[in-house]
Amino acid sequence: MGTKGATRLVSFFVFNSNYGPREGEEHKKILFYYPKEEDLDNKIKNIGLCEAIVKFAETFSDKPCQSMHTQKMRHLFLEPEKDFWAVMTVSIPFIEKQKEGQPYTEYQEEDVQDPVYEALLRQAYRMFQVCTSPVYEAILRQAYRLFQLFNGTFCHILAKTNNNVDVLKQRLDHFYSRYLQTLRVHQSDIIDIFSGIHFMPLDKNTYLRVQCFINLLEARFPYIKYTAFMYNDQLVWSGLEQDDMRIMYKYLTTSLFPSYQEQELQGTSSVSPARTTTAQAIHYGKFVTGPPDINDENTLGKIPRVFINSEVENEECFLLVYRAHNASVCMLINVANTMTFDLCRKLDGFLGPQLTQLASDIGEQYSKRVTTSGDPPYRYIYFNHMNLAQKTTVHTDNKKSSGIHIPPDTLRLLTDISADMSKSSEDGETIVKTFSDNWVVGKKSDQREFYVVINQKNANLIEINGNNYNIRMN
Amino acid sequence: MTSSEDSGSFFIELCKNPIRFDPVDKNTNVFYDDANKQVFTVRSGGAVGVVVKGPKENDSSTFRIESRGDVMSIKFSPDRKILGIQRSPKSVEFINFGDDMSTDQLEYSQACKGKSTIISGFVWTSPTEIVFITDHGIEFYQVIAEKKSLRSLKTISLSVCWFVWQAESGILLLASGSLSNSLNPFQFRGGIVTKLAKFEVDLPASTKPPRQSLQERDVSMALLYGQLYVVVLRHQPRPGTAAAEIVLYQIMREGPARKTNILRLEMSGRFAINIVSNLVLVHHQTSRTSVVFDIHLDGESDGYVHYHYPVVSPLPIKPFKLLLPSLSPQADKMEYNCELYSANWVVFQPNVIIDAKLGCLWYVELKLDPLVTMIPDKYRLVKLLLVRDDSKRVILSVCRNMLLPGQQANLVSIAKIFDMLNKVYQQYLESECQNLATDSGVPQRSRVIIDQSDMYTHVFSVFEDNKDIKYKFMVAVIIEYIRSLNQCAIPVQHYLYELIINILVPNNCFYQLHQFLQYHVLTDSKPLACLMLSLESVYAPAHQLALDMLKRLSTANEEIIEVLLSKQQLLPAIRFIRSVGIVDTVSSRKFLEAAMNTEDPRLFYTVFKFFEQRNVRLRQNPKFQPGEHCEVYVKHFESLFGTDALAHIQVS
Repeated sequence: MGTKGATRLVSFFVFNSNYGPREGEEHKKILFYYPKEEDLDNKIKNIGLCEAIVKFAETFSDKPCQSMHTQKMRHLFLEPEKDFWAVMTVSIPFIEKQKEGQPYTEYQEEDVQDPVYEALLRQAYRMFQVCTSPVYEAILRQAYRLFQLFNGTFCHILAKTNNNVDVLKQRLDHFYSRYLQTLRVHQSDIIDIFSGIHFMPLDKNTYLRVQCFINLLEARFPYIKYTAFMYNDQLVWSGLEQDDMRIMYKYLTTSLFPSYQEQELQGTSSVSPARTTTAQAIHYGKFVTGPPDINDENTLGKIPRVFINSEVENEECFLLVYRAHNASVCMLINVANTMTFDLCRKLDGFLGPQLTQLASDIGEQYSKRVTTSGDPPYRYIYFNHMNLAQKTTVHTDNKKSSGIHIPPDTLRLLTDISADMSKSSEDGETIVKTFSDNWVVGKKSDQREFYVVINQKNANLIEINGNNYNIRMN
Repeated sequence: MTSSEDSGSFFIELCKNPIRFDPVDKNTNVFYDDANKQVFTVRSGGAVGVVVKGPKENDSSTFRIESRGDVMSIKFSPDRKILGIQRSPKSVEFINFGDDMSTDQLEYSQACKGKSTIISGFVWTSPTEIVFITDHGIEFYQVIAEKKSLRSLKTISLSVCWFVWQAESGILLLASGSLSNSLNPFQFRGGIVTKLAKFEVDLPASTKPPRQSLQERDVSMALLYGQLYVVVLRHQPRPGTAAAEIVLYQIMREGPARKTNILRLEMSGRFAINIVSNLVLVHHQTSRTSVVFDIHLDGESDGYVHYHYPVVSPLPIKPFKLLLPSLSPQADKMEYNCELYSANWVVFQPNVIIDAKLGCLWYVELKLDPLVTMIPDKYRLVKLLLVRDDSKRVILSVCRNMLLPGQQANLVSIAKIFDMLNKVYQQYLESECQNLATDSGVPQRSRVIIDQSDMYTHVFSVFEDNKDIKYKFMVAVIIEYIRSLNQCAIPVQHYLYELIINILVPNNCFYQLHQFLQYHVLTDSKPLACLMLSLESVYAPAHQLALDMLKRLSTANEEIIEVLLSKQQLLPAIRFIRSVGIVDTVSSRKFLEAAMNTEDPRLFYTVFKFFEQRNVRLRQNPKFQPGEHCEVYVKHFESLFGTDALAHIQVS
């Protein structure tokens, strides 16, 4: 076996054909192009090719062209807004082999799964729409903190800036040059397609307390338009609409929270939680975004702006996140309101004690629940299309940062089964045995998808089928 | 509420129809017996006549007694069969009465024991038992009416300064000691006297003797919230303070009475105390106002004693007009404004005010409506109202008003009020359960219960009527109520869920609704599932949510089949009946009809074959039975696929 070339992001670009309709002005079509270093001629050529393919494909189908397969590359097309195209090109992994003494390259075409990359592309667009990185020089150092200034749709930016394409280009550049670095193209899988939300299991009474706490918060501070409540990386309540929450969840769990925790670990944050000096009761609440130190009036900290579509399109809001123990409250405040230190202090006074108490009560319940034993005989992925609830024991954690418990080819198989089943509106079930002697059961029923990977030596189909994997979930 | 224009500013009233009697003059004496609540008007020592009036219209009677000197005290036995009259310090006379209040006027007498003994008063402890209170103690007698004689049951020796009798609890309080501040409670029940532990009332420390002794007029007894208290008025509790206070001593079953509450009057002068609906009403003569205390409301506490301040600012009793026969020929009646807080007033427990000069006996009444505007703190207000009689209407209107824009209470106090209401509701439900279990019908003190249907009809209905309330607030309030019910382990009625859904849906809050269902905040039920089904057109996942709910209920198989068939989801329906094991019992006609309606021959074929196989399994014959009424579908099948496609009996 020779060396293996992994899947890698070859290029990513955004263009609008209307900006350079005439010959010689083709470069004006380019709004963003990665890699930047690429020769302008090549950029124009590649965009031209994509334009041609899209146009050509239009003659065959009402549906726009989604992808183009070539031996070494995979092109994925997305038209998120009218005439704006985002194109992502990834390389096909290959293996260098020897055949009759001659080296040759075998491309693993089936390793690149369209649905996964279509999902990635959609997500890249939504992420942009929600947020981009800030202008503050200081924050640029932290490569991870990507999403702090918020944009809205391409059209919205243009509308706001009198059709100034340069501003759009600037924003795109700002966001994507960092975002693409964090994109782990080769690690993407079925979870990226679902892009689901992990919900926190809670008993009814505790849940109702969270509810009432949020109602009280929104009643006390009426400028808080939407609130989401999270525990660790799990969602408890969202006042945002589902689609907004989906991307917000992604942003919070993959970007904001990890970077905040990293910062906490490094101890760069100067705040000590126990404020015994002040008259108020000791609590452990503090702002994740917002004033880093509630006793220091000089800095309001960094408060990201996000674009929300829950009530109206492109509603720009401040995202203020407050945390006590493991519970986080994400508050969205319309930018028409000015953020003042006084407001943050009042919020701190209200949230601190109550959230500390609530968080420790939830924590108690949580710790009772987390008593999973050893290695289970099976791994599963569950996704509910109705509420986007997702669970996985295939990945070591929900952020899928640290690894997977099943072979990569099995994981890819799940994507294939899911794609197959999505073609039909009927419920269905598929049972597959892999080369690696795993059994995979995929089931779609009542708007839910459920995949079980069973590692049971010498099991036969009847045994697997007879097994009742009735795991109760949301 | 009364129609009076200024009724809103008075919450203490005198009853509309006072008991009228002949006013006191040099020939007429008036007595009030608080045990039987009767007024006696004795004219010329009874020779001219004795008029007795009670709380009820038909309670009055008139009779004559022999005039043998001035009457000092006159009281009927509790059953009105024997009249006790005291005319001298040495003896008490008795007259028997019949059911129709007829009397033979024959008196029999009982003298007290000992030559130097003086009777200070007597009380009836039962229809046939009477206690003489003397300066030497108490003498307990049984009255044998038919023999016109008395039999001594018990004598207790004790130096007595004065006494107080509380008829309901049968407690006699005797004051002794040089300062009369040593109080000795005795309980009379069923012919038995029980001596309870005596206790001392601390008197204000006075720098120069003689110290003021405890006066009879400053001591009374009152039942508050089912507990008996000795109520002591202290005019100058501490040197240097002019403000009087009232001290409550709770009579204990075991051990001496305990000082539990102090009511701060913040005034000085002449006071009189009434008890109305477990509230302590204090009338102040100088300022002509009254104050109200509720020991149920939290006061400051030093760990032993609770200190209370008036619930509302001092306010006068509502003016009272009496209609008197007119002297002028033009009108036959004239209005007379009674003097309130008059020097002629005598106050009796629990709620009686007598003006002997005017010849009026009133019951003091409390109006709850005016209190609503007088107590701004809604939590305190509801807490106060919740332990009053007949306060349900007022509480519901308070709750309703606190949801209205402009006077909206904050969620914290709304939550506290809900918790308070539901706690009472929960206790009521629990005691109901216990009563059912033990079957011992000990009737509960009828307390005001605000249940879910009350809240729904009288409070939350405000959301229907007032369109200015923000939906967020409505949702918050109902969720708060549901939370409170859940915390009290009270099953939530489904109309509350319906209410919240009907608020969420028009505001497009489907995702929120979805989350509520996901966390089972809205408990599964068939009506709720049906409501969800109706929402499918506005929120597509509602259909599946409803199906999930029906499946969880596991008693709704029929409904699930109906839903699936109505959606032409035949295969899911068949999968469902297989999964719950009811293939053999479902109606084949229903399925075939739905399958035919799809106009999908393949689907019809599949369903038809499925039921043919069932027939074979059940009856070894693929044919449908006549009772199944499937002829039309068999024909349809034949027309589509031909007769040969029908299954035939396997002949083996």
